[in-house]
Amino acid sequence: MSIIQIIFLLLSVMAVGSALMMITSKNPVNSVLWLIVVFFAISGHYILLNAQFLAIVNIIVYAGAIMVLFLFVVMLMNLNAETEPIKNRRLQLIGVTSGGALMLIIISAVSKIDVEQLVQINAGDSGLIKVLGMNLFKNYVLPFEISSVLFLSAMIGAVVIGKKEEIDIKK
Amino acid sequence: MLLAIDFALLLEKLILVVVVVFASLGIAMYTTFAERKVAAILQDRRGPNRAGPFGLLQPLADGMKLFFKEEIIPNFSSKFLFVMGPALAMLTACMTSAVIPWGDKIDFFGRTVDLQIADVNIGILYVFGVVSLGVYGIMIGSWASNNKFSLMGGLRAASQIISYELAMGISLIALLMITGTLSLKEMVVQQQHGYWNVVLQPLGFLIFLVCAFAECNRTPFDLPEAENELIGGYHTEYSSMKLGFYLFSEYINMFVSSVVMATLFFGGYDIPFFDESVLSPNLAAILGIVALMTKVIAFIFLFMWVRWTIPRFRYDQLMHLGWRILIPLALFNMLATGGVILFFNK
Repeated sequence: MSIIQIIFLLLSVMAVGSALMMITSKNPVNSVLWLIVVFFAISGHYILLNAQFLAIVNIIVYAGAIMVLFLFVVMLMNLNAETEPIKNRRLQLIGVTSGGALMLIIISAVSKIDVEQLVQINAGDSGLIKVLGMNLFKNYVLPFEISSVLFLSAMIGAVVIGKKEEIDIKK
Repeated sequence: MLLAIDFALLLEKLILVVVVVFASLGIAMYTTFAERKVAAILQDRRGPNRAGPFGLLQPLADGMKLFFKEEIIPNFSSKFLFVMGPALAMLTACMTSAVIPWGDKIDFFGRTVDLQIADVNIGILYVFGVVSLGVYGIMIGSWASNNKFSLMGGLRAASQIISYELAMGISLIALLMITGTLSLKEMVVQQQHGYWNVVLQPLGFLIFLVCAFAECNRTPFDLPEAENELIGGYHTEYSSMKLGFYLFSEYINMFVSSVVMATLFFGGYDIPFFDESVLSPNLAAILGIVALMTKVIAFIFLFMWVRWTIPRFRYDQLMHLGWRILIPLALFNMLATGGVILFFNK
């Protein structure tokens, strides 16, 4: 085994293991913390694929900002294992079925991919910031701008929804 | 082939890591002493002067005191997370120094040693990433304390750091547009041959400075531990060396953010109005480190000066400054910089 394979295995075990811990732990704060570990493992995979920019942005945006907000909300609501409502059996069954169906689809899609052609460990340059910038702002500039408009409208929507409740309280 | 690593390089980097970490710990130790002395001077007192000549052994005495205090872990808290809080705070404080260029190359018995642990081509993003992780130590510790005052402090820290990170990031974008690189080393080299970035980006520097104060939880932004509202804020329940770690990580953060500001805006290890290339490389490197440290000490003094001069903000003032003043200013700065670059086609 080469050293890259060993690192890959370690990272994969870390990612899958902490993802399982995230789903199974009763305390929501622990779940959030395990999810942060998952993001770090995925960033490690990005670095193995020579995509340092993607790796660090994954850490800044997901581990650094979004998960802080998650943790913030969970702590603010002070959720505990004791106060968590127990969902009824039918809902649990539906959740397991739909999740399993999604997993089947993903597995059947992934198994058709020619792995040799897809994975270029430490060789591809598509994740480097220069290549990424050129691609985003030259070849894919229209989808990029459209998605940014989508984000903007989502932000405005969030503000509008937040404002509406404030007016209701005043009444 | 298994473990095909250049062991000399590994050893070199390992020594560099140890030196950098211990140097920043030592500097942070004496920063606590300097803080008390500066406070004393500003308040017309003498400050600590009993332990050793001029009170120079005071930090050691403080450290000893913290070590020998009783360690208390609250009953109704998650013990693992309670211990992990201060450890994370310390870890993230020390991690930033990995990408900072401390000096130019040094010639060590025929081997050229780069005075930088890792010259990654995303250096500045790495700094930003570690800064954004810095809040976890405070949040986890405050939650694990199972105390309402601690939790309030932790929540304040989180919302404060998220608010000021945005303005900080946008002010950095304007800087990146000018330098055209993400590597801290290349930025320093550019500033050696041209102007310091503070001349080209005065507004950006000001925004960055204010945000750095907020990210370090220094007065006037020390609401997470506002002692007259929240007892001790996020570290109310902590005692002994775990409390010491929290207090100490604040000083390391202050040191590291001073180094980052000196590197980004004040030429790093560049000696002003002087061409280093006429000196022998070793002498130039050592003088460069001295120059960097002089700038850092000036910044640390500024941090203390502000702390003992300006009172704490109210919480709504803090949010107002972050969202209504700093972010629009940073956006304006970014647009203006972009416009100027386009106009002069630089």
